[in-house]
Amino acid sequence: MATVTIRIPTPLRPFAGGHAEVAVEGATVGALVGALAAEYPSLRRHLFTPDGQIRHFVSVYLNDQDVRGLAREATPVKDGDRVAIVPAIAGGAPAGRATRDRPAGAPDAVRAEAPFSRDELLRYSRHILLPEVGLSGQKKLRRAKVLVVGTGGLGSPTALYLAAAGVGEIGLVDFDTVDLSNLQRQILYTTPDVGQPKLAAARARLAAMNPTIRIVPHEARLTSENAMEVLRPYDLVIDGTDNFPTRYLVNDACVLLGKPNVYGSIYRFEGQVSVFDARRGPCYRCLYPEPPPPDLVPSCAEAGVLGVLPGVVGVLQATEAVKLILGAGEPLIGRLLLYDALAMQFRELRLEKNPECALCSTHPTQTGLIDYLRFCGVPGSEAAAHGPAAPEIGAKELSAALAGSDPPLLVDVREPEEWDLGHLPGARLIPKGELTEHLDELTRAREIVLYCRSGARSAQSTRQLLDLGFSHVRSLKGGILAWAAEVDPSLPAY
Amino acid sequence: MNEIRLAPPLIATMEAHARATYPDECCGMLIGPVPAGDGPRIVEAVEPAANEFEGERRRRFVIPPEQLRATERRLEASGRGVVGFYHSHPDHPARPSTFDRDHAWPWYAYLVLGVRSGAVDGLGAFELDPESGEFAERPIVRSDGAGAGPVASGKASA
Repeated sequence: MATVTIRIPTPLRPFAGGHAEVAVEGATVGALVGALAAEYPSLRRHLFTPDGQIRHFVSVYLNDQDVRGLAREATPVKDGDRVAIVPAIAGGAPAGRATRDRPAGAPDAVRAEAPFSRDELLRYSRHILLPEVGLSGQKKLRRAKVLVVGTGGLGSPTALYLAAAGVGEIGLVDFDTVDLSNLQRQILYTTPDVGQPKLAAARARLAAMNPTIRIVPHEARLTSENAMEVLRPYDLVIDGTDNFPTRYLVNDACVLLGKPNVYGSIYRFEGQVSVFDARRGPCYRCLYPEPPPPDLVPSCAEAGVLGVLPGVVGVLQATEAVKLILGAGEPLIGRLLLYDALAMQFRELRLEKNPECALCSTHPTQTGLIDYLRFCGVPGSEAAAHGPAAPEIGAKELSAALAGSDPPLLVDVREPEEWDLGHLPGARLIPKGELTEHLDELTRAREIVLYCRSGARSAQSTRQLLDLGFSHVRSLKGGILAWAAEVDPSLPAY
Repeated sequence: MNEIRLAPPLIATMEAHARATYPDECCGMLIGPVPAGDGPRIVEAVEPAANEFEGERRRRFVIPPEQLRATERRLEASGRGVVGFYHSHPDHPARPSTFDRDHAWPWYAYLVLGVRSGAVDGLGAFELDPESGEFAERPIVRSDGAGAGPVASGKASA
């Protein structure tokens, strides 16, 4: 039993005989506050709920530490300790009308102001111990709403760490299913998830990681039609996309909505990270006003990627997101971090806001979302069809032609590493970039069929050969992926 | 009846704060001498606070205990303290909500600013009646900055 002085807050002094401090005896914080209420019964209703719990808006400090970060009411005390009762002040307008984005009385708003449970305090204790985070920082994380666009290589580690950190609401945008080739880097998923929708698997994994948070799946392709609506409720957006149309779309929607965009991208062994917040610095368009030609930048599926690379980049994105939420440290605004895994080097480039930026300058020429497939010249989109489309042959038709009396010459225009993953029988390898050096190996007498992974590169090569005077050239529609789906499932669809 | 006394420039400060955070709520502390018991609450300064509510700040505010504690400590030696709080109701009138009442403390003065479409359109003062658990409206007395007697009485509106 210890004798401890309790400091009474000004508003409760009239109920404690006008005293600013009262000495009481007890072994724990709970016992002390109970003893105080026993001595001054009119204090009780201001300190305790009817069922005897200390009210949410009454904070008890033991020697300058909130007991919610200790053992709460069970926190032991000793002679000479100082206990202070401190009000938390809250209020607000009535529900209804004034709200715009979210329905009034959303349960998460109530949840966000509730004190942390004992389990939550334990779960986040290593955060709460950091003065830069503390209880108030952890609460900021809990009230934060973060949208992760793309739950692949980048989105996997980002979402896992945000969930672990206690970000209260995590939105996920994806529409894909888990493929065996994803597991080399997309650590949200496990082997039994193959064939499952990514979002279902991701949601289950994140909920298992942290059941106290809310996961909001958006199972759709992000488009100009839905992007504003999907992004609007979130505080910040993580760009984990793997293609330029969506990357520009995410950037533009963030600029228009005034939200920070935590950007990351990967290519083979190299990664880039930045924070684009047009209110405080440049946007993605300031860095890259125009997308590169679509055939210059192969995807991970075409070019390959070191599996741990998106881990590094995604975790850097998660770090920036957590810092933005906490308001701690120096955000990566106006800086582009470059990571080279082979050299194991980080470099930093300073980015300036482009005063002529079409989107985020003071005199923007673009004030809404646009057609991003067209902007990025994606094959198959309306404007990408500069010149005639390449003639195509379907996988089944090709299979029949190869078995016929006059089989076409089959040319694989992929890279040698892709060839090694699997190729069509009877094909010969001439990578797209070397095609013009091997024209003498091609016949003009027989039909030539070119193929690649998905049909994009081979379509370009087909047009190239037609321009060079070859007359019987076709491209395998859908590439080796279509062949694997329609003709030979034993071929790996990578 | 505990009237609230404050100088017009302090009202202007709160109004500017309410306009600046619109459509979110603003909040802050009222600073003045701490009376021994009942008596007028004399507001000598207002201290804007960050709205630390985690969620829809358009209709909620929170001033965490550590912030209140830090302010109290800073003022302790001067004999002054926090005598109340102000906050805004974006697109709602200058009257306490049920939520305000449920989270109110006795003794403190509560000032509520109504803001409509970004412009302040009302100011009300309230104190929780510890017996009934309901808010009672209190008169706002606009004093000059030197703490002289009342120059006006009744509810003020901007």
